[in-house]
Amino acid sequence: MATTPWESELARLLKEHFGEQISEFSTYLGQNFLVTKPEAVVPILEFLKLEADFDYLVDVTAVDYPQRPERFDLVYIVYSFPRNVRIRMKTRIAEGYKPATAVGVHLTANWLEREVFDMFGIQFSGHPDMRRILLPEEWEGHPLRKDYSIIQVDNRWVKENLGIDSGQ
Amino acid sequence: MPETTFLDATELELNMGPQHPSTHGVLRVILKLDGEKVLGAECVIGYLHRGVEKIGENRTYQQFVPYVDRLDYCAAVSNGLGYCLAVEKLLNLEAPPRAQVVRVIVTELNRIASHLIWLGTHALDIGAQTPLFYVMREREEVLNIFERYCGARLTTHAFRIGGLQYDLYDRFQEDVKAFCEMFPHKLDEYEELLTGNRIWIGRLKGVGILTAEDCKQYGVTGPLLRAAGVKWDLRKAQPYSGYEQYDFKIPTGENGDTYDRYMVRVEEMRQATRIIRQAVDRIPDGPIMAKVPKVIKPPVGEAYVSIEAPKGELGYFVVSDGSTQPYRVRVRPPSFVNLQALDRMARGSLVADVVAIIGTIDVVLGEVDR
Repeated sequence: MATTPWESELARLLKEHFGEQISEFSTYLGQNFLVTKPEAVVPILEFLKLEADFDYLVDVTAVDYPQRPERFDLVYIVYSFPRNVRIRMKTRIAEGYKPATAVGVHLTANWLEREVFDMFGIQFSGHPDMRRILLPEEWEGHPLRKDYSIIQVDNRWVKENLGIDSGQ
Repeated sequence: MPETTFLDATELELNMGPQHPSTHGVLRVILKLDGEKVLGAECVIGYLHRGVEKIGENRTYQQFVPYVDRLDYCAAVSNGLGYCLAVEKLLNLEAPPRAQVVRVIVTELNRIASHLIWLGTHALDIGAQTPLFYVMREREEVLNIFERYCGARLTTHAFRIGGLQYDLYDRFQEDVKAFCEMFPHKLDEYEELLTGNRIWIGRLKGVGILTAEDCKQYGVTGPLLRAAGVKWDLRKAQPYSGYEQYDFKIPTGENGDTYDRYMVRVEEMRQATRIIRQAVDRIPDGPIMAKVPKVIKPPVGEAYVSIEAPKGELGYFVVSDGSTQPYRVRVRPPSFVNLQALDRMARGSLVADVVAIIGTIDVVLGEVDR
């Protein structure tokens, strides 16, 4: 990715407060993002909300890179109504790592994190209701992982609940 | 199956949906009641989950365009526009001016069609049958224009990455102008039926209030946010497809209740007509397709692009690994996020109000479940 460094007042402010925890401030195609350590995500969200008016959590999602030791990219997108600015925050986490929930900062995170758990199997610690949201509770596997095939289904669940041998 | 351990002697659990006409699709709501009073509402969703994001990773960029039409099927054109803009962003190109103006016209027509469906079904839920027939009549005119333009009425696949597949048909401008001439009068008719109607006011005023603060906490966007008094519309805040060239207003409400949302959406239809009127007179000549390679391989990278869909902020986060297929497509659906606020809106209201509240969020389950 041909990124250019992101220099702005906001980036300077974040660097001052979080120092080493933020490893990258970049711009790609005119969109600003920062890369941070996973434990710093919630403090940064809180800081952005309280000190910089980033009062709207647009999205929380993940991307799976199975060949990497830290397999998942967690992506947070926040927007500020007063500034009319949107930024993206990325962090890398390994399989089994339980990132802290952002529900305490933005209530939106509740369902968005449940969906990330449903699709990728990333558990958020401290989440008030860490259950699947789109797939059935007893479903095995997390479909948006790269090792989950596009035609794969949970045959046991399908047989028990639908009475057919396979969903395919 | 969610547990129901929270019941005590005076409390009752009521299951609404998934097969219930007023839940607008397959939405299941578990209500916790004290008599008629709602103490809590839990949504159970996913009945329509088709794994669209997974499909996206297994199709080429162009092949995925028709799939996004099936998310919010009442506003298929908006879905397609958002995805095409996201891939165009990754390719770092822009659709030519003629294509952009046509996109604005078709998207705004679709906004009207989507709001009409909402108005008809919402009124039907409240008990007013007549508006449904009225709105279907006008929606038919919009769908006819779509059909003549691209052959499809509902899941249109109207746009392509880089521009348009089809140029306009001969009488397109006349058709659109005739619609714009006729439609505001029809809006007056709907308003005559509903705006001052005592039953309508009684059922809607003060119901399902969501303040501006609540909206921001829950990430609620679109007409719900505007009805709470926040003058925010992505077409104005971060214009795309040349929306900055058009003169239109962002309607807002004051109380953030169901009635204000009705007023906001009706006014949005008027403003959409205004935009179409301006756009149809300035369709420039020229190509309809940018120079896009036959095989689309965006450079490695990622982009998030969002548009103002009829329901709120619709975003696409697309990650490219340099191959012909997206590495990841994330759809940020407005309905899914807005639906989360149902519990907040329904608490303290009556069971009958829940029907009005589900209607006023304007959810499309195809988009919630993806």
